[in-house]
Amino acid sequence: MWSLILRRLLVAIPTIFLVMVFVFILQRMLPGDPLLVMAGEERDPAVLEELRKLYGFDRSVPVQFLYWLREIASGNFGSSLRTGAPVTELIGQTLPVTIQLAVASLIIALLIGIPTGVLAAVKKGTWLDYVANAISLSGLSIPNFWLGIILILFVSVNLRWLPASGFVSVFDDPAEAFRTTIMPAFVLGSGLAATLMRHTRSAMLEVLRLDYVRTARAKGLLEPAVVLKHALRNALVPIVTLSTLLFGQLLAGAVLTEQVFTIPGFGKLIVDAVFNRDYGVVQGVVLCTAIAFILMNLVADVLYIVINPRLRTA
Amino acid sequence: MTAASPAGVTTAGAEALAQRRNRALAKFMSNPTALFGAVLVLTFVVLAVFAHWVAPYDPNKTNFLMLRKAPSAMHWLGTDEIGRDILSRLIHGGIASLYAGVVSVFIALFVGMPIGLVAGWFGGWLDALISRATDALLAVPFLILAIAFAAALGPSLTNAMIAIGLSQVPIFVRLTRGQVLAVKTEDFVEGARAVGVPNRLILLRHITPNIFAPLVVQATLTVATAIIAEASLSFLGLGQQPPAPSWGSMLNTAKNYMDSAPWMSISPGIAIVLVVLGFNLLGDGLRDALDPREQ
Repeated sequence: MWSLILRRLLVAIPTIFLVMVFVFILQRMLPGDPLLVMAGEERDPAVLEELRKLYGFDRSVPVQFLYWLREIASGNFGSSLRTGAPVTELIGQTLPVTIQLAVASLIIALLIGIPTGVLAAVKKGTWLDYVANAISLSGLSIPNFWLGIILILFVSVNLRWLPASGFVSVFDDPAEAFRTTIMPAFVLGSGLAATLMRHTRSAMLEVLRLDYVRTARAKGLLEPAVVLKHALRNALVPIVTLSTLLFGQLLAGAVLTEQVFTIPGFGKLIVDAVFNRDYGVVQGVVLCTAIAFILMNLVADVLYIVINPRLRTA
Repeated sequence: MTAASPAGVTTAGAEALAQRRNRALAKFMSNPTALFGAVLVLTFVVLAVFAHWVAPYDPNKTNFLMLRKAPSAMHWLGTDEIGRDILSRLIHGGIASLYAGVVSVFIALFVGMPIGLVAGWFGGWLDALISRATDALLAVPFLILAIAFAAALGPSLTNAMIAIGLSQVPIFVRLTRGQVLAVKTEDFVEGARAVGVPNRLILLRHITPNIFAPLVVQATLTVATAIIAEASLSFLGLGQQPPAPSWGSMLNTAKNYMDSAPWMSISPGIAIVLVVLGFNLLGDGLRDALDPREQ
């Protein structure tokens, strides 16, 4: 098991390096000179030259890349070219917001996706299965930013039940945090629920036709015990790892959801940085996202090995 | 694989392919949800192709006497913030969405497939390098990657299509590579190699036709993702630029008028849902029809 984990770790290193190369090249492609914005309206050549030296833009591109790598190795992901704030500080401010949203979304997705998937598999071919499939397909087809707009329209504008925008941390005021987070979390979680439902259904269908499930039934166990204790426990193995991999989908979805609900999170930080042509922030944020995603993949792999006895002895 | 000559290899392969194609077509035609998906997609394609004749008004014609009017007999879906007919903009907006969906998938397919073919067929350090680069690109969530590309290229529909297409390349590289690895050990490929058919011809004549089915399925499902991605980029202001209509940019404007003109938000979203649903059903149907285990 340890050699498998070590092998996965070794594969992650060149991948992270290639992500760095890719992020660096991509940001050098961004149109417009960000230093012109920083130099103010006069755009004094002397000031521009000074800024170019300060941010290392006077060096050759490979040297800039090496300097950037050195900075990252020392934990410095760069700083905003507009405000001068360190990227790590900006991420530190916005990430907890997105994490609150992501955790709430994942809970909603698991609560909807897994029971619906189990029900669809157990009642395969009945109207319940068709309804569950239709809901799942709708979840995959509805763009989350539109669902957000429609919910704001009905729940906030018409019924005035929940606020249409804003964010309150769960540590400051749990009740208000619930009111501000539930709607965006539902929007973000609905797509994930659809994905989870589809995977749960197919995993359950695979497991339900295996011999040990037949044996459990033959022993006279009640159907709920067969489904929940024997089948679901084994079907959950790929679903647990899938939940870790949904992290990427969550982050991408958060970009739009945060835009619709005006939530000052990680996604909004990315969009604002792109529109402000803030090299430093875009570079740092994309890199952080990619590294986090690679680590989540690693966690998913390890988790898969840990909970799958056949791989554990490999 | 009955004959050892290149001609024999081709004939046997072509017959098997034709048989599989007929079975898949029959299976697809007997699947009502797949047919419903195909009808949905076809309806939007027809509307987009004949948009100039079908749309009741010029999609960009403003009318300051008809600002934010609710749906009526004159304007079935109402008017927007500068008096333009929403139905006409919706019909014309379909051109941008479908065009973006299809073109970006073509970009992804035509860039990703050759790279995947090379990686899977030649293996070795080239495969390792391509696989690591693919992993690196897949490590950045698709939409964030598309936003980064769109920002780098500048906001426009063409650049959004390129951005979405490039972001989807790694999916096709990985899929093609996996399929090549599965097919390259088959007898008919070994046979072709044994009689000295050059690599280029084996890849073109023997490998590509045999890996095309899963790629077509993936492409169909990816069109749905690409349409949502285009709408997302336009919603963020990185796709279709005003005054040209697109469903995403219509929603971007509509969100500012949720109090006074809620109808502006409803129809573009329904259009996206229907066309995406159509491609998803079509893709699922194609997968069922082309899956050899199902046959």
